[in-house]
Amino acid sequence: MIPAGSLLTATGLHKSYGPTPALDGADFSIHAGEVVAVMGPSGSGKSTLLQCLAGIIRPDSGTVTYDGRPLSEMPDAERSALRRGEFGFVFQFGQLVPELTCVENAALPLRLAGLKRKEAERRALEWLERLEVADIRGKRPGEVSGGQGQRVAVARALVTTPRVIFADEPTGALDSLNGERVMQLLTDAARDTRAAVVLVTHEARVAAYSDREVVVRDGKARDMAGAV
Amino acid sequence: MSIGHTLLALLESGPRHGYDLKRAFDERFGHDRPLHYGQVYSTMSRLLKNGLVEVDGIEQGGGPDRKRYAITDAGVTDVGHWLAQPEKPEPYLQSTLYTKVVLALMTGRDAGTLLDVQRSEHLRLMRELTQRKRTGDLADQLICDHALFHLEADLRWLELTAARLGALAKEVTR
Repeated sequence: MIPAGSLLTATGLHKSYGPTPALDGADFSIHAGEVVAVMGPSGSGKSTLLQCLAGIIRPDSGTVTYDGRPLSEMPDAERSALRRGEFGFVFQFGQLVPELTCVENAALPLRLAGLKRKEAERRALEWLERLEVADIRGKRPGEVSGGQGQRVAVARALVTTPRVIFADEPTGALDSLNGERVMQLLTDAARDTRAAVVLVTHEARVAAYSDREVVVRDGKARDMAGAV
Repeated sequence: MSIGHTLLALLESGPRHGYDLKRAFDERFGHDRPLHYGQVYSTMSRLLKNGLVEVDGIEQGGGPDRKRYAITDAGVTDVGHWLAQPEKPEPYLQSTLYTKVVLALMTGRDAGTLLDVQRSEHLRLMRELTQRKRTGDLADQLICDHALFHLEADLRWLELTAARLGALAKEVTR
């Protein structure tokens, strides 16, 4: 059953790589404007859950529903458009394009959506300013620090004002101070724009920026809201 | 925390009344646990007896709360020693949580759920502290961070224990 008012829901997800199930009947749901931490030991299926929710991989069985529509019923092109326009992604290592400047990187999703360069970069610069890295706009990723690069990656994820942000260990490569700042900026921006954030992390201090946590173990997801 | 040393160090900037000392302590260090007036006066009379403070003046009206205290040279030396002495690391070797996990396993209860519920409780407190950090000043941030890192350490232990429950169950039920 889909919880009322949820933006993104998964029910009974199964996914195996070979004989080992990565997901074994996992359920999940998130509302608009909510930050949910997905926690659990390495190899528990956290990242597989995120990738199924984002439509990056197809589950063997089970359903992912976004805004009332099952992802599995969407044609590939529509699912790709969804990932570009309505979803934003932040990974552990920024995964910026090394040949592009920081502002070009942040503007990339808008350019891919067909926006003109000038307008795309104007909007990207607003996000770089908000993430306190406007001064490195003209530099290439190789010329900036890890913390700066990750902020550019967050700007890139937010530039399309997505409705869902998928963040997989977004501060995993940063020191405490930079990690905290990135989490503050990311969750503030998400709350302002009413975006939902699916935050995969094994760090408790990062999870403390969430509204609630879901623990994945042995391929099953346990919602800890109301557990205490 | 040594309340005596803290009050003594607060006197280094100049003489203060007992109620003024309490207020200064509460503002800086007593957010969650303000001092009782009784604690202040019993501490000050001990410091007085030991020659670490002296009475600098008494306001009209009498009563113990009208005394103004000043730190003595011996008091300044004592604060210096206290600050230079490292704190003893507390290893919490016999924590209640460890006991609960072992007892759950010994009695065939679900230790995994016990740990999940504990994680949730820790995270609830960590969210509160994180929120307080967002709105607080730098001093507030530092004190919250200290608590957050300790809670995080508990959780790292919890995750490791969760990963070893199977092996631990075999040992304790042997």
